[in-house]
Amino acid sequence: MSVLRNTREAMRRDRVFGFLQPEPDFALPVDTSHGTILYVDDVSVRFDGFLALNRLNLSIDEGELRCIIGPNGAGKTTMMDVITGKTRPDEGGVFFGQNIDLLSLDEYQIARGGIGRKFQKPTVFEALSVFDNLELSMASDKGAWKTLFHRLTPEQRTRIDEVLEMVGLEQQRARMAGALSHGQKQWLEIGMLLMQNPRVLLVDEPVAGMTGDETERTAELLVSLAGGHTVIVVEHDMAFVRSIARRVTVLHQGSVLAEGSMNQIQSDAKVIEVYLGEEA
Amino acid sequence: MLTRRLFLSDWGGMTVLVLLLAMAVAVPYANLVLPPESPWHLSTYWVALIGKFLTFALLALAIDLIWGYAGILSLGHGAFFGLGGYAMGMYLTRQIGDRGVYGNPELPDFMVFLSYESLPWYWWGFDMFWFAMLMVVLVPGLLALVFGWLAFRSRVTGVYFAIITQALVFALMLAFFRNEMGFGGNNGLTDFKDILGFPVQARETRVALFVVSALVLILAYVASRFIVTSRFGRVLIAVRDAESRARFSGYRVEHYKLWLFVFSAMLAGIAGALYVPQVGIINPGEFAPLRSIEAVLWVAVGGRGSLFGAIIGAFAVNGAKTWFTTAYPMVWLFALGALFVLVTVFLPRGLVGIFRRRRREGGA
Repeated sequence: MSVLRNTREAMRRDRVFGFLQPEPDFALPVDTSHGTILYVDDVSVRFDGFLALNRLNLSIDEGELRCIIGPNGAGKTTMMDVITGKTRPDEGGVFFGQNIDLLSLDEYQIARGGIGRKFQKPTVFEALSVFDNLELSMASDKGAWKTLFHRLTPEQRTRIDEVLEMVGLEQQRARMAGALSHGQKQWLEIGMLLMQNPRVLLVDEPVAGMTGDETERTAELLVSLAGGHTVIVVEHDMAFVRSIARRVTVLHQGSVLAEGSMNQIQSDAKVIEVYLGEEA
Repeated sequence: MLTRRLFLSDWGGMTVLVLLLAMAVAVPYANLVLPPESPWHLSTYWVALIGKFLTFALLALAIDLIWGYAGILSLGHGAFFGLGGYAMGMYLTRQIGDRGVYGNPELPDFMVFLSYESLPWYWWGFDMFWFAMLMVVLVPGLLALVFGWLAFRSRVTGVYFAIITQALVFALMLAFFRNEMGFGGNNGLTDFKDILGFPVQARETRVALFVVSALVLILAYVASRFIVTSRFGRVLIAVRDAESRARFSGYRVEHYKLWLFVFSAMLAGIAGALYVPQVGIINPGEFAPLRSIEAVLWVAVGGRGSLFGAIIGAFAVNGAKTWFTTAYPMVWLFALGALFVLVTVFLPRGLVGIFRRRRREGGA
């Protein structure tokens, strides 16, 4: 398969000798001069004939806080997989800024390039301390040889302390991540994303399984991150979405059903029929 | 700084290191200095036996490094152990010179027997000790590099990886059984005479090999400890527990696995090279899949993911094996099976787990 891909890459007519260009890495500046940081263009993904994404188009502005909702199977997680390089689409393109084609990059390159992802189920390194979790996620040289001889600088230590405070885990810094509560793991994972200094945060169901109080704090945290970062939240909890959202995109059967403010969405007949209607 | 990082809060490892150092001093003393009448005298048979255990401990350490810290279960580490052993065996075979049965100064006995005209190209250079030692680490390292690159790049993990490593070691066994391979086929390489000019059978040489094995094991332990306490080591644990999280944190997971796998294969190769002169033979039996599985058992019994647990496990299981096979030869296989069942059920963290739990309870 990869032979085929490489051949195709070498034969591309829009870029002569494109394979000779150095691979983009996190030093590469992202061109957002037109205000768009993420552009999903006509993306389709098929799994054994099932159309998970059907000509999905999505454009996210820099610094935006965007909520993406949709019933189960609408393609929300598949969309994240495509953006972060886990799944390759059958058709379409995904661009980071105007200049970086994400489809030509691997997961680690996309992560280093500034797109952080939080999983639906909180995923942290359970056998390591909270501090170590953040240290490992920090944007730095992540080559195997470099990490063998790496030492923390005082600036990096300060940065870790900052993030610990931001996600409210200062008291837990030396604890094993596996011993944290569900909500604390969710925060730790968000903290781990922040350590990567991402331009874009993809956050999958951040408040699943959280208490009302925890949900509120998470909402505050995400709202405070928007602006400095671009935050994309996929969520089921409509009350939560209502509390943070400025702009909402509704996915249905792999493509965009509606987009607009929460009020517009709630009064949209199609949306009510496929999604909100279930709740009422 | 570094010594603190390596040894602080590693009481088990420190204890094992001190014991190994004590052994490296006491065993030569008990064998060479004390007269045979002394109750503390250690016969050369025991020196060779414990020396063999030391090389098994090194193999177990290599396995624990990848299994305990990166979650890569290799059921084919005997492949690297065997290749290291063969590289050493080839050197020792070339040292025989014209003292073989056929008295041919150019060709080893089995080649004369199989009517070889000249030395095959892959035997060139093995008359030089430094070249053979280079091959001891390079051949297993290269095989691990190629094999690991293919496997990790395709994201083969868990039980699938374990199965293909079994296939690897099995394929090597079949290949080395063939006379056409030029490694002595079924019989392997044996009847060694000298190593670096010293007679292999001599008591002093055996003691020297013992001391070298102990020192190499200590060095390998410290090097492995350096790796697992570095940030590299924490990335390994991260990969073991949440591989995709590590990937989305910007790590090239397959590179980490690959370099660790190569290092582990080199350690296994060195273990094989130290094993061969002490037992006096290398044959394709070392590539038997069962042998590789047994080595994984040592690690499981000792306790996975602590490094020194692997050393303890290798000694415990092989010690038990030696005792059982002389005292109750019929019972050994049942005892091994029972041991494994007991450890899995009652000591999921191995023998080391007993002490860990006690310390934790004492500390709380």
